[in-house]
Amino acid sequence: MTVHTLSVLVENKPGVLARISSLFARRGFNIDSLAVGPTEHPEISRMTIAVNVDSSPLEQVTKQLNKLINVIKIVELEPSSAVQRELLLVKVRADLDSRSHVLETVQLFRAKVIDVSTDSVTIEATGSADKLSAFLRMLEPFGVKELVQSGMVAIGRGPRSITDRSLRPVERSA
Amino acid sequence: MPESSDDTTITGAQSLIRSLEAAGVEIIFGIPGGAILPAYDPLFDSKQIRHILVRHEQGAGHAAQGYAMATGRVGVCMATSGPGATNLVTAIADAQMDSVPIVAITGQVPSSAIGSDAFQEADIRGITMPITKHNYLITNADEIPRAIAEAFHIAGTGRPGPVLVDISKDALQARTTFTWPTSLDLPGYRPVTRPHAKQVREAAKLIVAASKPVLYVGGGVIKAHASAELRVLAELTGIPVVTTLMARGAFPDSHELHMGMPGMHGTVAAVGALQKSDLLICLGARFDDRVTGKLSTFAPDAKVIHADIDPAEIGKNRIADVPIVGDCREVIADLIVALQAEHDAGHHGDYAAWLEQMQDMRSRYPLGYDHPEEGSLSPQYVIERLGEIAGPDAIYCAGVGQHQMWAAQFVKYEKPATWLNSGGLGTMGYCVPAAMGAKAGRPEAVVWGIDGDGCFQMTNQELATCAINNIPIKIAVINNGNLGMVRQWQTLFYEGRYSNTDLQSKRIPDFVKLADAYGCVGLRCEKAEDVDATIRKAMEINDMPVVIDFVVHADAMVWPMVAAGTSNDEILYARGLAPVWDRSEEEND
Repeated sequence: MTVHTLSVLVENKPGVLARISSLFARRGFNIDSLAVGPTEHPEISRMTIAVNVDSSPLEQVTKQLNKLINVIKIVELEPSSAVQRELLLVKVRADLDSRSHVLETVQLFRAKVIDVSTDSVTIEATGSADKLSAFLRMLEPFGVKELVQSGMVAIGRGPRSITDRSLRPVERSA
Repeated sequence: MPESSDDTTITGAQSLIRSLEAAGVEIIFGIPGGAILPAYDPLFDSKQIRHILVRHEQGAGHAAQGYAMATGRVGVCMATSGPGATNLVTAIADAQMDSVPIVAITGQVPSSAIGSDAFQEADIRGITMPITKHNYLITNADEIPRAIAEAFHIAGTGRPGPVLVDISKDALQARTTFTWPTSLDLPGYRPVTRPHAKQVREAAKLIVAASKPVLYVGGGVIKAHASAELRVLAELTGIPVVTTLMARGAFPDSHELHMGMPGMHGTVAAVGALQKSDLLICLGARFDDRVTGKLSTFAPDAKVIHADIDPAEIGKNRIADVPIVGDCREVIADLIVALQAEHDAGHHGDYAAWLEQMQDMRSRYPLGYDHPEEGSLSPQYVIERLGEIAGPDAIYCAGVGQHQMWAAQFVKYEKPATWLNSGGLGTMGYCVPAAMGAKAGRPEAVVWGIDGDGCFQMTNQELATCAINNIPIKIAVINNGNLGMVRQWQTLFYEGRYSNTDLQSKRIPDFVKLADAYGCVGLRCEKAEDVDATIRKAMEINDMPVVIDFVVHADAMVWPMVAAGTSNDEILYARGLAPVWDRSEEEND
């Protein structure tokens, strides 16, 4: 099983997220992560779904998604030709003794401190899943008090837009 | 769609009824209640729409299905919020599984009360999301015409299916103007009906190169009205045909190329044709587990051409060598042209030996049954005689179970849309209301329900609807007093331990008295020699519904049978009797 990144353009209508998540649940497809937000067109939302399946079930995933009336387009973003990012907010134990070490780690990963108190700092970091997990490993010795992570968002490299036909739409396999 | 706009304000309910009229609705099956009540007021005045007041919303749903299957039009049912809507769920799920175009209209509690656990509130949009092709929750009266127009378009085009439109009571009561949309904006819904020419040419090449091809025909051929084209294709090529449970009638049973129905209770010839084939030409079928048996051993030597209007069906269960997305009628028509071109180029398939082998299987292993020794009535005999007497122009509608399988086997279908049943979901209780819907949609046709005593007791209250609304259906209750198919499995797989399958319905209720109580004619038949006369008597009664209680033998079983989860290779012609597939193999052994 491998993780595939699907960008799904959907009509911005009530219930669309429920339709998509219930489709994944009832067909037994595993979602690794799901992020949804507006696009440059107000009537269209974009979902980035990381799905953990083999290639032939992936075809079923995209075909079944395409049957949903509110789904407009599905594109698989290959890791080599796309940028993938997640957002991490983490609250780390940091007293007077350890704070400078924590800040050093923050610098190393080009992260940002967004809140500070006498015995903790809260850090914002963005990056690929690999970078963020490496960052977290470095922070763990200090003591992670709380952490929240967004789903992954992804966008294709180069000048083309997802509406451009030359990106491979995976739904047309038949 | 013609544009019609009008500035006078009307209520959302009036807009709904005008929308349904604009969508061409003739009949609605439904029951009013609190939340949908505003819609029933303008409905009362509609000259175009006949509302048939049913006795249970499930009946309304199945009636809409029966109407749709018999007429090819979109069926409509209506119910109120909460329990009214949830009672539609079984029929909606059934329509989703069997690709039946219906639109369900439900009332919803006022939008201000949605989410508050109000009286008769149920999130029917959420509940039906996984069992509809699409659904709507409308809380703004201005959106009613567009939702209705889209619902009918989505239900009836592409792969047909159920669409639910839930409308809040305040939207029905609000003032609005009526504008029937001239075009629909559905950017995510563009069903492909025209097949890809290259794929069709590839298919034609495989067909002429094959030596053991089979036309594996599913319900999509009936939905696409492609029976005439199918017959041309079969006769042009001489390829044997099998018709699935959903496709009975798509190809004449009397045709020399027809090997019968494949599947768990299919004919030996049809199961064998698929299993021994080197090329499956699958038209509007979906490799259902009841057809394939154990999937990994299904048709092991066959390449697959798979044509379906739903791309998601292609490659779902079995990889297709040549996938074709399109409407079956267009696919078959194009395939005929492509095959003609192959023939003109001197490429012909030679299937004579294969056809002969299959026809030999068909004659060696015909469908059959025994008459019980103690003289009680054989259910298969009843159904066989019913088919012969009512003939190929009648519409036959079954429940689910043994009687359904016998009705699929022993009635000889010659025409499409004459066989209605619950194939995918297997809904006991489908028969009576679906027969009612079929008869309401095609009043000139003779409609026979073939029901089991278990199924019949789930929905027979619609007999009252039939009697009151002059919908004279005929129901043959194949009464073995048991949940027959379950009992058959208990016989075969549970050492005859008949746990909770004895309904005692030969005793209670008295179906003749029940028919009488419902304003129907009730007849009873217990002996083989009375079968013809009883059926003929029922055929003569055309002003009232008729129910015949055929009291039959309880131990009759449906054969042939491929046990669930086993390979089609292990089909049994009768209990403990495996067919010999190939005489030459037999001689070699």
